[in-house]
Amino acid sequence: MKFRNYLETISGIGILPVISLLIFFLFFSALLVWVVKSRKQHFTDMEQLPLEDGSENLSLSSSES
Amino acid sequence: MNTPQESSGTNQPRSGAAAVPLQSSVGPMDQFAYDNKIVVWFAYATAFWGIIGMLAGLLAALQLTFPSLSFNAAATTFGRVRPVHTNAVIFAFVGNGIFMGVYYSLQRLCKARMWSDKLSKIHFWGWQLIIVAAAVTLLAGYTTGKEYAELEWPIDILITVIWVVFGWNMFGTILKRRERHLYVAIWFYIGTWVTVAMLHIVNSMELPFSMLKSYSAYAGMQDALVQWWYGHNAVAFFLTTPYLGLMYYFLPKAANRPVYSYRLSVIHFWSLIFLYIWAGPHHLLYNALPGWAQSLGTVFSVMLIAPSWGGMLNGLLTLRGAWDKVREEPVLKFMVVAVTAYGMSTFEGPMLSLKTVNAISHFTDWTIAHVHVGALGWNGFLNFGVLYWLIPRIFRTELYSRKMANAHFWIGTLGIVFYTVPLYIAGLMQWSMLSQFTPEGTLKYQFLEAVQAMRPYYMLRSIGGLLYLIGAFLMCYNLFKTIRMGKALDNEPAQALPLERQQLVEKHGKEHWHRWIERRPIQMLLWSFVVVAIGGIIEFVPAFMVKENVPTISSVKPYTPLELEGRDIYVREGCYTCHSQQIRPFRDEVARYGEFSKAGESIYDRPFQWGSKRTGPDLAREGGKYPDSWHFNHMYEPTSMSNGSIMPPYPWLFRRTIDAGQMPAKIRAMQTLGVPYPEGYDQQAVKDMAEQAAGIQKRLAADKINIKSDKEIVALIAYLQRLGTDIKAEQAAGGAPMP
Repeated sequence: MKFRNYLETISGIGILPVISLLIFFLFFSALLVWVVKSRKQHFTDMEQLPLEDGSENLSLSSSES
Repeated sequence: MNTPQESSGTNQPRSGAAAVPLQSSVGPMDQFAYDNKIVVWFAYATAFWGIIGMLAGLLAALQLTFPSLSFNAAATTFGRVRPVHTNAVIFAFVGNGIFMGVYYSLQRLCKARMWSDKLSKIHFWGWQLIIVAAAVTLLAGYTTGKEYAELEWPIDILITVIWVVFGWNMFGTILKRRERHLYVAIWFYIGTWVTVAMLHIVNSMELPFSMLKSYSAYAGMQDALVQWWYGHNAVAFFLTTPYLGLMYYFLPKAANRPVYSYRLSVIHFWSLIFLYIWAGPHHLLYNALPGWAQSLGTVFSVMLIAPSWGGMLNGLLTLRGAWDKVREEPVLKFMVVAVTAYGMSTFEGPMLSLKTVNAISHFTDWTIAHVHVGALGWNGFLNFGVLYWLIPRIFRTELYSRKMANAHFWIGTLGIVFYTVPLYIAGLMQWSMLSQFTPEGTLKYQFLEAVQAMRPYYMLRSIGGLLYLIGAFLMCYNLFKTIRMGKALDNEPAQALPLERQQLVEKHGKEHWHRWIERRPIQMLLWSFVVVAIGGIIEFVPAFMVKENVPTISSVKPYTPLELEGRDIYVREGCYTCHSQQIRPFRDEVARYGEFSKAGESIYDRPFQWGSKRTGPDLAREGGKYPDSWHFNHMYEPTSMSNGSIMPPYPWLFRRTIDAGQMPAKIRAMQTLGVPYPEGYDQQAVKDMAEQAAGIQKRLAADKINIKSDKEIVALIAYLQRLGTDIKAEQAAGGAPMP
């Protein structure tokens, strides 16, 4: 028993997943280029952001680590 | 309480060495204070609603073993308790957890107090009002019948308003920040905000016909597609992306070391939000959904493994060289298990979206086990970790008892194991028992035999849930004692250079273009929206544009007024939480339930009721299987007709009278939505309803059952007897074979 449904009868609908995949591939490639070409220093700065929140030296307690 | 939160130019020196030259060249730092009070409020709400949501879950779980726990009352049956559980856990426990984490981390990452204390308060109380309104209306039976989007239209509007308040406050904070770059956690928050707004608005399109009730703007297959696009992405953008934001902030904080790879987090963010949005159709494999949409859902689901695991590894590797800390620190233990659970469920998810695996798991308890690895492990444990980390910090003290927190960790972990393992076994058993044939070619097991076989596993699962809940109680006590020991620092002083003066000392030179996005929250918002909208548009446009091409089955007619009334009762009682209306094209399902379901059969179903779990049998072709009297007796006392059934009785349906006064408004609403009732039928409907009811009353009387024709049970019987019969009429009339 084969499962069919009405959209299969529309010509060319099969191209849709291919187009979708292509869109993602292009998107992902652009993303990779962006990430690889970025300066390392920038990432080093960015990843420190959570660890310095401007209240370190004003804390009322010294238990902050 | 109003305290001076923001001031600039009060010339206080910063003791950090790096700040000194900046200060001398560009002037004093801004002095301000972080709002901890709002964080604490959300923390209390997280813990409180967590307990409530888990209690509702435990009750629902126990009802599957002990149906008498429905207490013979409408509000306490499984069909209403289960939506309360899911909504409470998702929107109250996890929702408040998100806001707690966002309000704490956003202020610090932006080096700015929240934009408006007033908006923070409106957000907090508005969200709690939504939760209370949700609990009350769901227990009272006001539901749209669409999973995780059950809330009716006035609450939907309130959610939209409060979500805008949250966004406004968040963007206000981001815009007035003193840190030029937006850390990746903030990207996740922005992506979450814009996508949840889109999902909620699109899926909540409905036409009200009374103060608290509405019909879905979409019908049948289209409703299913929109609903599971929403349902899947509620998991993605409410249970996952905001928590990833929290992971990227709180895990480095708790471990006191930066994230393993910031590069990886950038890839994680963009590819995750791009891929997630496409994956919804994997909830409808083998259903009456176009084949291309099913394939799309599968392909993108499988690809999701890559960014998900990238994120998980990024989280775990952040702890490289710090595993000795993990052994000591309960906060890190909770976080490690949370991230591991994230990895497990994001590996399992794509596997479940493979058609062959999905054929086994769909409609069984396997799915329930899968979501609980995510809910209990990922969301629950991350919430616990953040709570254990935050509360002592804000209250300026140490955690009351580490030992108790460790006990919580182990009890909670055991709870997850006891919850999920029995359900994995149960899921496989359901599939195995229900799909077996005898050598003679008949079904080997009755549905009820499979139900009976589940009972020990349901019991074990309840024990798992209970253990997890005990752990949560331990946490509440531990945090309560911690709070009593300390004193809250409602306004935490901080200082930073304002942005405009930072620019004076930064080098000007050639910069990479991506920083253009990274620094500008509005661009980030727009790009996130574009990325998530692509998937939705490609899925929806063909499914909606070819509406005219649905091979309408000529014998599929709109529901009669009495059937429509019965359908509304079916939705109100949450029958869809246990019964599907979707027969998949498998040999065993066709043998058990009848011909497989076609898209053309549900074109008048607003909402669609295909369901996602078969605790009871499928009802898509229930019509005409049994006499009216069988349904009458079965609804009154299920075990009298089906020995060993775990369905609760519905005695109130025999007492309550149909509200015929609403019928004209219902018919008019359906007409507006395009259901072809004849012109002026709203005036005729009540009469037709009474006639059809009198017919059922007569048939019942022939079986020696006397009931007034205006009772709700009569309408429900009319609906159940209609289910799936249209197609039979077509075949009886020698119609064309179904596509």
